[in-house]
Amino acid sequence: MTDITSLSLTSLVDKVKKKELSSEEITKSFIERSEKSKKLNTYITDNFENALNKAKQFDEKPNLDLKLPGIPIAVKDLFCTKDVKTTAGSKILNNFIPPYESTVTQNMWNEGAILLGKLNCDEFAMGSSNETSFFGNVQNPIDENLVPGGSSGGSASALAAHLTPITIGTDTGGSIRQPASFTGTVGLKPTYGSCSRYGIVAFASSLDQAGPMSQNVKDCALLHEIISSYDSKDSTSIDFKRNEYSKELNNNIKGKKIGIPKEYRVDGMPEEIEELWKKGIEYVKDCGAEIIDISLPHTNYALPTYYIVAPAEASSNLARYDGVKYGFRADGINLIDMYEKTRSEGFGSEVQRRIMIGTYVLSSGYYDAYYLKAQKVRKLIKSDFDEAYKNVDAILTPSTPSSAFKIGEKTNDPISMYLNDIFTVPVNLAGLPGISIPAGHDKKGYPLGLQLIGKAFDEQNLLNIAYAMEEKIGFENKISDWWMK
Amino acid sequence: MDEVSKDSSEYLINRGDNQYEVVIGLEVHAQVTSNSKLFSSSSTKFGSEPNTQVSLVDAAFPGMLPVINEYCVKQAIKTGIGLNAQINKRSVFDRKNYFYADLPQGYQISQFKDPIVGEGKVILDMPNGQKEVGIERLHLEQDAGKSIHDLDPQNTFVDLNRSGVALMEIVSKPDLRSPDEVSAYIKKLRSIMRYLGTCDGNMQEGSLRADVNVSVRPIKSKEYGTRCEIKNVNSIKFMQMAIEYEANRQVDLIEDGKSIDQETRLFDTKKNETRSMRSKEDAHDYRYFPDPDLLPLEVTDEFINNIKSNIPELPDDKKKRFIDEFNLSAYEATILVSDIEIAKYFEEVVAKMGKNRDIKLAVNWITGELFALLNSKNIEISQSPISAKNLAILINLIKNGTISGKIAKTVFELMIDGDKDPQKIVEEKGLKQQSDPKALEALIDKIINDNRDKAVEYKQGKEKLFGFFVGQAMKASGGKANPQLINELLKKKL
Repeated sequence: MTDITSLSLTSLVDKVKKKELSSEEITKSFIERSEKSKKLNTYITDNFENALNKAKQFDEKPNLDLKLPGIPIAVKDLFCTKDVKTTAGSKILNNFIPPYESTVTQNMWNEGAILLGKLNCDEFAMGSSNETSFFGNVQNPIDENLVPGGSSGGSASALAAHLTPITIGTDTGGSIRQPASFTGTVGLKPTYGSCSRYGIVAFASSLDQAGPMSQNVKDCALLHEIISSYDSKDSTSIDFKRNEYSKELNNNIKGKKIGIPKEYRVDGMPEEIEELWKKGIEYVKDCGAEIIDISLPHTNYALPTYYIVAPAEASSNLARYDGVKYGFRADGINLIDMYEKTRSEGFGSEVQRRIMIGTYVLSSGYYDAYYLKAQKVRKLIKSDFDEAYKNVDAILTPSTPSSAFKIGEKTNDPISMYLNDIFTVPVNLAGLPGISIPAGHDKKGYPLGLQLIGKAFDEQNLLNIAYAMEEKIGFENKISDWWMK
Repeated sequence: MDEVSKDSSEYLINRGDNQYEVVIGLEVHAQVTSNSKLFSSSSTKFGSEPNTQVSLVDAAFPGMLPVINEYCVKQAIKTGIGLNAQINKRSVFDRKNYFYADLPQGYQISQFKDPIVGEGKVILDMPNGQKEVGIERLHLEQDAGKSIHDLDPQNTFVDLNRSGVALMEIVSKPDLRSPDEVSAYIKKLRSIMRYLGTCDGNMQEGSLRADVNVSVRPIKSKEYGTRCEIKNVNSIKFMQMAIEYEANRQVDLIEDGKSIDQETRLFDTKKNETRSMRSKEDAHDYRYFPDPDLLPLEVTDEFINNIKSNIPELPDDKKKRFIDEFNLSAYEATILVSDIEIAKYFEEVVAKMGKNRDIKLAVNWITGELFALLNSKNIEISQSPISAKNLAILINLIKNGTISGKIAKTVFELMIDGDKDPQKIVEEKGLKQQSDPKALEALIDKIINDNRDKAVEYKQGKEKLFGFFVGQAMKASGGKANPQLINELLKKKL
C-alpha cells in the first residue's frame, strides 16, 4: 500500500489510465496513511468517507479522458468547498460550511479529482510557520518539532508526508514557495490573474494567488494547467492564452539567460544558503543557460512595502467577519460590544496584529505616508523587474534565507518571522510567477529550495527551467516516517 | 429670453438690521434604474420579501468577488451627459470602511478620488428667471441593507435586499440659496433622470434621497460660513422645513455671538427641528483606498459616444421646442416638460388632435381639468383615467363646435369611468350643440313672444336684459344651443 502513496501524480494518473490501479485503491491508500499520520496535524477537516464513495462511483464508470481521473487530493483550507467546512484556520469560521465551490477547486473536480480533505494553514494565511492556526501547529515530516513553513504549512506537510499525491496552496507573500522549500517539495506561485480568486478566502486581494504544490515539476505543470483559467467572476482574472504546461514541458534551456540579482545577497544570510545559490548557478550553467548579473535596486524596500500593503487590504477584507451573518459570534450587550467580543475571541493574535497595522496605515493622516508611499514603491519594485527582463528570461534566487526552524523558535518575534519572506514578497508585489524547487540540504539534513522568478504569463518557460534544473539536481527527500513510529 | 443668474434668490433671514444669506449644497443619492445590482446579478425589485434578493456577493460570503454591472455604468454616464457634465474615461472604485449590521462587507464600494462623472450644471426655472446650479461630481456606489429596529424590542432585523443596489451620488456645488431653489433643483434632477430612464425618482420608495449641507453668511459676504450636514431627508417638503429650521438656528447662534460647530445633524420630522448626530471630532475615518478586487474602470470614447447618440430630448430642449413649435408661453412650456409623463401625454394629445388642432385649448384642458382630476385622485398622469386620445377627441369636439366648453365639462366627467369615447357620450346623451339657425330662430321667437314686456323694455334701452334672453335661450335648449349663434340671432330679432 505504501507504494501507492509514494507515487507521483503523473504515475498515478498513468496507472489509472492503464487500469493498473483503481481510484478506490488509490483513495484508500491515502486515507489509510493519513489516518496514521494524525500526529502531523495536517488535516483540519477530512472528507474520507465522501472521497471513498466518490472513488467507488468513479470506478463504476471511469472516464479515463480526464486529466485527474479519480485522483484524491487534499487542499488548503482557504479554498471554499461546497458543503464541506472551510475555516481558513480561524475560530471565526469554525462553523462555516460554504454553499459554493472555489473556481480553482472546481477546475480540479471537473478533471476527475476527488476532495480528500481540508488542510491546515496559518489563520487567514497570515504566518510563515503554520503556528497561527486556530487548529494548532503542523509538524514538518522532515523532523519532529520542525515547522513546515507557512501559510500553506498543512499542504506542504501533507504532500511531503505522502498524505496527498499533490495539493494546492495560496501565496500572498511566499505562502506556497516557503513551505515547499521547508519540506523539500515543489511550489509554484502563478502570475497574478492566472488562477481565479473566486471562492478563496481573501487575505490581500492584490497579492493572493492560488498555485500547485507537488513532488516534482512535471506534476506541478499538470496541476497548473488544470487550475489556471480565465474566470469572469473574478474581475482581476486575466484572459490570456494558457498553455498545456505539462505537454509542452521541455528540459532544453540552452541559451536561456538567467539573472542573478546582487541585492538578494542579504546581511546575515547563512553560508549554506550562499553555497546553495552558487550550486544553483552551476546547475543552470550545466544545462547550457547563460548567467547574467542583474540589479533589482528596490529589493530592500519590498518587505516593508509588503507589510503595509498586505495588512491594509487584510484589515478591510476581514471586516466581513463580524458575527452578524455567518461564522462565530460572541454575545454582547449591543452591536459594538458584540463586534468587539466576536472579533477579539474569533481572531488570533497575529491576525489582530495585522488588522491593527492595516487600519493604522489607512487612517487619515497616515495614508499618504504609509499606504500611498507603499503603492509608489510597489511600482518601482515592478519596474525593477521589467528592466531586468529586458536582458534575462528568468531570475534565480534562494527561496528562503534559512531552512525550516523549530516550532516556537520565532513565535514571539514577528519581525524575524516576517524576514522569512524576504526573497518571496517582491514576486507577489510585482505580480510575477515564481517557483521554488528543492535543491539541497543543510548540515542538519533539512531541505533547502531555490526560487526561479519568471516574466508575467511566462509559466511555461519557468517550468521548463525548473524541469531542467530538477534533472541536474537529482534531489531526494529524506522522510523517515518518524511520526508513525 | 430669461436671464440666467447664479444669485437670483431673495430668500434672506432678517434679524434687526442684519440680513443673512443661506448657502445650500446637496448630495443626492439616486437609485440607478437597473434590473440587477451594481456588482452582483441579484434583482433590485422593490417591495420583495426581506432577504430574497440577496446573492452570496451581496451578503459578503468569504471569497466572493464584485463584478461591475456594465448597464449601471452606462446609466451613470447617461446621467452625466444629461447634467452637461464631464465624463471621466478612467474612474476608480474605492472601499469606504465602516462597521454596521446592514453593511455585510464591512465596507461600501464607492468612488472617492476618481468619480465617473466630473463637473456639470443644471438650469432651474425660478419665478424670477433662470438659475444655473453647478454639479461638482457624480459617482457610483453600493447601497447598504436596511436595519429594522421596531419589529422586536430586543433585536434588530436586517434586510439585505437593498444591499449592493447601484446608487448615483450627485453632489452639487454650494450654489443654492433658498428652500424653493432646493425644491426646484431636486425636481429638475428628478425630471432629467426620468427623461433619461436612469432613476425613477420615487422618493417614497427611497429611490431618491438627499443629504443637505446648510450654512449662513451675512449678505454680501464672500466667505462661506461653517456648514452643517443634514442626513437623509426623504421628501422635498421635509428638506425645505429642515433648511428653514437649520438656517434660523445658525443665524441665532451668530446673533448670540456663538460659533457654529461643523457637524452632522438629523431632521426630526415630528418636532420639525434638526438635532446633532455627531460632531466633526466624532466623524468616521472611512479609510478609503482603491478596491483591490476591482480594476480601474476604463471606458472608450466610442462607448461614451454610443450612449450620447441615444440620449432622448431632455426637458430644456423640449421646452424650447414647445415654445417655438406650439407657440406656448415659457410658463406653460415649463409645466408641460417638468415631467416626462406629462410631456408625453401632451404630445400625444397634440398628435391625436390632427390638422385642425387647438394647442392653447389642449394646454388649458390638461393643466386645468385634467390636473385637477389627477390631484383630487392623488395619482400620476401615467395613471390618468382619461387617455390622451380621448381627451384629444373631446378638445376637437369643442373646437369644431359640436359641443360648448360648458357641455364639455359634463362630458369630461362622464369620460372618467372607463375612459369612454366622448363622441359616443355626446351622441348617446344627445349633448350635441344646436347650431341649426332655423331651429334656434324658432326657439328665440318663442322666448321673445313669451316675454313681450321685457323685449319692449330692452328696445327702450334697458340693454342689461340681453343677458336675460341669452339665459332663457340656453335654458330652453338644455344648454346645448350654440352660444355664439344665440347671440347673433337675439341681436337681430330684438
